[in-house]
Amino acid sequence: MPLVKLRGVHKTFGSNHVLKGIDLDVEAGDVVALIGRSGSGKSTLLRTINGLESIDRGELVVDGVALDDGFGDLRTLRQKVGMVFQQFNLFPHLTVGENVMLALKVVKKTAHAEAGDIAKEMLLKVGLAEKFSAYPDQLSGGQQQRVAIARALAMRPRVLLCDEITSALDPELVNEVLAVVRQLAEEGMTLIMVTHEMRFAREVGNKLIFMHHGLIHESGVPRQLFAEPGTPELANFIGAVS
Amino acid sequence: MLTQFSIWALLDSLAEGAKWTVALSLIAFVCGGIAGLVVLFARVSGKRALTVLSKAYIEVFQGTPLLMQLFIIFFGLSMLGVDVSAWLAAAVGLTLFTSAYLAEIWRGCVEAVPKGQWEASASLALNYREQMRHVVLPQALRIAIAPTVGFLVQVVKSTAVASIIGFTELTKTGSMLANATFQPFLIFGLVAIAYFLLCYPLSLYARHLETKYHAAR
Repeated sequence: MPLVKLRGVHKTFGSNHVLKGIDLDVEAGDVVALIGRSGSGKSTLLRTINGLESIDRGELVVDGVALDDGFGDLRTLRQKVGMVFQQFNLFPHLTVGENVMLALKVVKKTAHAEAGDIAKEMLLKVGLAEKFSAYPDQLSGGQQQRVAIARALAMRPRVLLCDEITSALDPELVNEVLAVVRQLAEEGMTLIMVTHEMRFAREVGNKLIFMHHGLIHESGVPRQLFAEPGTPELANFIGAVS
Repeated sequence: MLTQFSIWALLDSLAEGAKWTVALSLIAFVCGGIAGLVVLFARVSGKRALTVLSKAYIEVFQGTPLLMQLFIIFFGLSMLGVDVSAWLAAAVGLTLFTSAYLAEIWRGCVEAVPKGQWEASASLALNYREQMRHVVLPQALRIAIAPTVGFLVQVVKSTAVASIIGFTELTKTGSMLANATFQPFLIFGLVAIAYFLLCYPLSLYARHLETKYHAAR
């Protein structure tokens, strides 16, 4: 039983058919890199997995929680699926520690002291233990993104979705974020990431998925696909980005 | 003629009128604020019926003169056999008027909170109420403070309309004194100064709050 299972998932925005029948299995411990041109549906696909986008047709199951046609137990699903965004989306009115603790306290009803301990542990993991009482706007972009990762991890998700999490960062800050993701991958965290970092996808990912016109055009082991793309579309794409 | 009215007597009467202006303003702030919150929640609920209703409410009160609203409450209700005093009609009218404007101002503030904040909190499994309470409203509140206090200045000045249905607040006191003293320029000058003294501190406070919350992000 795969951890994340999609069958025949369709999604339409108005007249724009963005996902045209996606079948996808992600096993626990997989590190999946979703690549493709903008508009290929890769971000939409990612966002369906935690219900940020409802699906029009098809089936989505995450760790036994099903979400059909956009309805289901979103709250349970989202406790199993963490998400990190391109724009960090930290809560600017809360401190770093409060950002990490909020959902623990509100959703999981964790006691304040315990939530604080978990937050400290998660911040330590991303190398920002000393920023517990800082506000997000006192941090660099890379630090903010690491806090966002800690915030998602604090809920102990089964799978972490990363939506172009280094795209908004200055080049010199990209590596500190990728290092955290690499460490998570090594610890066995299941990751699904939309990324433009091809080298990272090749080195850290064990599954590569190339999206094209709303479909999974090609998928496989990153090293093999990068070395020998099976379709001209993927070959073109790899040629264009590298 | 003026000999019968010392300047102190005039000021004393105006102060009495100003007291009712302040009372009416306070009622409009507090009740209008509470009602405005209810309308706001309906307006941003995303539920179709509530959105349509609250939109209509806001449009009606923003799209008609406050004076007409007071007339309809004051005369309309008495035609229906409900005895409404000028005081009650003014309080109810200003409350409704204030609630519609505040709901619309606050809606803008809620919508000014970036979509990413909703998405991030949704991804953390917060439900709508929790998102509002812990993430969106605290940020909207900071944005809302200055325009809200700024609008309250408008409310203070709008209470003058209540004089037309015979409620004896600052403006009504002023016109009665002007009629009695034949000194309209003096009297209405004093009335204007009184309004200014009520409103200016509010404006200053709004500006202060704006700097304060801007600095504290």
